[in-house]
Parts: sequence; C-alpha cells; structure tokens
Amino acid sequence: MARYDRAITVFSPDGHLFQVEYALEAVRKGNAAVGVRGTDTIVLGVEKKSTVKLQDSRSVRKIVTLDDHIALACAGLKADARVLINRARIECQSHRLTVEDPVTVEYITRYIAGLQQKYTQSGGVRPFGLSTLIVGFDPYTGVPALYQTDPSGTFSAWKANATGRNSNSMREFLEKNYKETSGQETVKLAIRALLEVVESGGKNIEVGVMTKEGLKQLEEDEIDTIVAEIEAEKAAAEAAKKAPSKQT
Amino acid sequence: MECVFGMVGKGFALVVADSSAVNSILVHKSNEDKIMVLDSHKLMGASGEAGDRAQFTEYVQKNVALYQYRNGIPLTTKAAANFMRGELATALRKNPYMVNIVLAGYDKETGPSLYFIDYIATLHKVDKAAFGYGSYFALSMMDRHYHPDMTVDEAIKLADQCIEEIRSRLVVAPQNFIIKIVDKDGAREHSWRRTTKD
Repeated sequence: MARYDRAITVFSPDGHLFQVEYALEAVRKGNAAVGVRGTDTIVLGVEKKSTVKLQDSRSVRKIVTLDDHIALACAGLKADARVLINRARIECQSHRLTVEDPVTVEYITRYIAGLQQKYTQSGGVRPFGLSTLIVGFDPYTGVPALYQTDPSGTFSAWKANATGRNSNSMREFLEKNYKETSGQETVKLAIRALLEVVESGGKNIEVGVMTKEGLKQLEEDEIDTIVAEIEAEKAAAEAAKKAPSKQT
Repeated sequence: MECVFGMVGKGFALVVADSSAVNSILVHKSNEDKIMVLDSHKLMGASGEAGDRAQFTEYVQKNVALYQYRNGIPLTTKAAANFMRGELATALRKNPYMVNIVLAGYDKETGPSLYFIDYIATLHKVDKAAFGYGSYFALSMMDRHYHPDMTVDEAIKLADQCIEEIRSRLVVAPQNFIIKIVDKDGAREHSWRRTTKD
C-alpha cells in the first residue's frame, strides 16, 4: 500500500488516491470551523487557539471576504489557504470585469473546488491541504447559501456543516439541533455547535455574520455576551429538567 | 470634442465631464456617464477612445477592488494614480490606451487630491485639470477664477462658468454635462447640466 502514496497521480489497487486522503487527514488536524445557514443570515465560526500570547491576533483573520457578498472560512494548512483565497479573489474581480456581474456563491465554490481538483491530477504537485466553507447571498435572488469544498475537489451545498478538528461531533450536534433560524438565532446555533468542541469564551472563537449588507466580524465582547446568553439558556434548561422531579 | 475637467476645493474634489458618445457625425447618446466611481472615495473622469476608456477604467476599478480585498485597506489616491500611470506606461510602447484621466480622491490622512493622467502616461498632482478642446476654455476660466479652499458652491459656480464658456465657444459643443463630487462622505453624483433630454 505504501507504494501507492508517493505521487498524487497514482491510484492504489483498491481505488484510493492516498495523497488526497492524507490531505483530508491534514484537514482533520486543522482548527474547527462551522457554518450555519439561516433564512436571512449565514454564520461562520472558527476556533481560535488562544495559547499564542505574544501574537497580534488582528493579523490572523480566519474568516475572510472574497467579495462584498461572499465570505470564506477554512480548516487545514493555512499557507495553502492563502494561495487559494488569493486566486478566488482574483477570480471574483475577473468575473466582474468580463461579465459585469458579481459571482454567485456556487460559481466561486465551483471555481475553488475546480482548482483543488486540478492539483489532484497533475505531476509534481500535492493537493491543497484544506477544506473550505463558503457562504454568501446570491446577488440576484438574495437566497443565502453555504457550500463546502475539500482537498479532493468535491463540493456541495449545506444547511449547516462543520470541518476541521472534531467536525463529527459538531456535525452530530447540528443534525440534532438544526432548524430554520434567522438573525441572532442563527448566530447562537453556530456558536453553540462550536462550543461543543471548543473552550468557552470570546477569545477562543472567531465569528463572522454574513447578511445582505455584507460580512460583520463579531468583536470579542459581543461573542462573550452571546456565549453568556447560551450558558444561561443551558442552565435554565438544566434547571427546568430537574425542577419537575423535585416537585413530586 | 470630449471634455473632462476637475478641481480641488476645501475638503472635496470635483470632476466634470461631458456626456456625449459620438461616432464621426453621429451622436450615439448624450447621457453617457464618463466619470467612474473607482471605489468609495475615488472618482475617475475619463475621455478618449470609447473602447479603450471602458477597457482601461474597468480594469483599473477591478484591480483597485482586488487590492482592497487582499490587503484589508483601500488604496490611497496617490497609489491608485501611480498604478494607472504604470499600466499606461507599460502599454504605451506596444498597444497604447488612448485614454485621458482626471482622478479625484479623498483620503482621510491627506484630504482631497486631483491627478492629471494623460494617454502617454504623464502624471501630475494638480489643483485643477482639464482635457479635450474644452480644456482651452475650462483652464482659462479656472486660471482666472480658481482660488484654493473654495466651498462647494463656489466650485460649482466655477464649473458652471466653464461649462457656459465651452457651450458658447466650442463649435460642436457637448450637449450635457455630469458633475460628480468626492469628499469625506464618499464619491457620488452631484448633478447634471442638460440642454437635451436623452
């Protein structure tokens, strides 16, 4: 089996592209990222490691804008992310230049996924080691969208999804608790999913809220307020569960 | 017969352009907007070959936007002017863009500024600028009446005087003019000066 993982262009006898699978492994080791689609809001949340005390956190923005109406978060190799994001930004402007219209979320997702796929079928290169969560509003219909791409170059649309570290737990939580939400409720759902696997607190989470007006990155104290709300709601739910049994 | 001119006032810059689109003896339309809003605080009035004008100004606009996404902050007016000059200069000895540009911008740190960029990649930072046959009249008018730190009303009055001069003295004067202004609140359309409805 080890003979078939040297180069990307070699299939293994049982149909695996090992380099792509190893890239997915790199993603699994990356920071947790979650995306939730509401009716008028789409929220991206990313885990922030707070162990780096001397680092200027403003220079490490994990949720980025590709255009006025499109934002991206990713999990995996951040250096690869920089390259992919740069290409996507150029493509957003190039699309505007040639057809005089902004890109749709699906178009730019397909472009990024296409780029990731290209690097699984070339000689002398390795795949991009990251999965992306792309959110935005369709510029013509105003419909919100959330897409995910991965190192193999596949992409699909989601109501809510997670990638990176402990993505399975987050996805399970989302499957159990997802419902159509809007506005602040969507933000809360995304943060709740992230809190399942991340230490609580504003300095461990980066949250971006995409509305029709554009992307708003939440400040640390705003996140802290919402986290406090969530914990209060959780405590209230716990108390409500215990209260009936006390009354008997 | 295209005409673009501009001037700097107190805390703002003004760009005026005619709005005729002409092909030999035919006027295609007289409400062509030749002053492109480059980004939130920049205006670019362009005159010259119509195809080159569209191609070049759109190209610059998209690159200015790309810079902003890449770096998180917008280009300064000076940087945008130099970028444009560089592009014109590179293309000059191969496939020149026949476009003359008056670039007006407002930067928080340095206030309003105006740049004169002509088709052979001349770049000058100026207080007043004009292109086209109308420039003979506009520049003379501005030389006589312009003074630094004009208010918006004074500057509009001067622009009107220039337009009046162009209308009365140019043999085939453009029919309509558009005025755009950029200040700390951003770049926006100010008004039109029409003689025909289109």
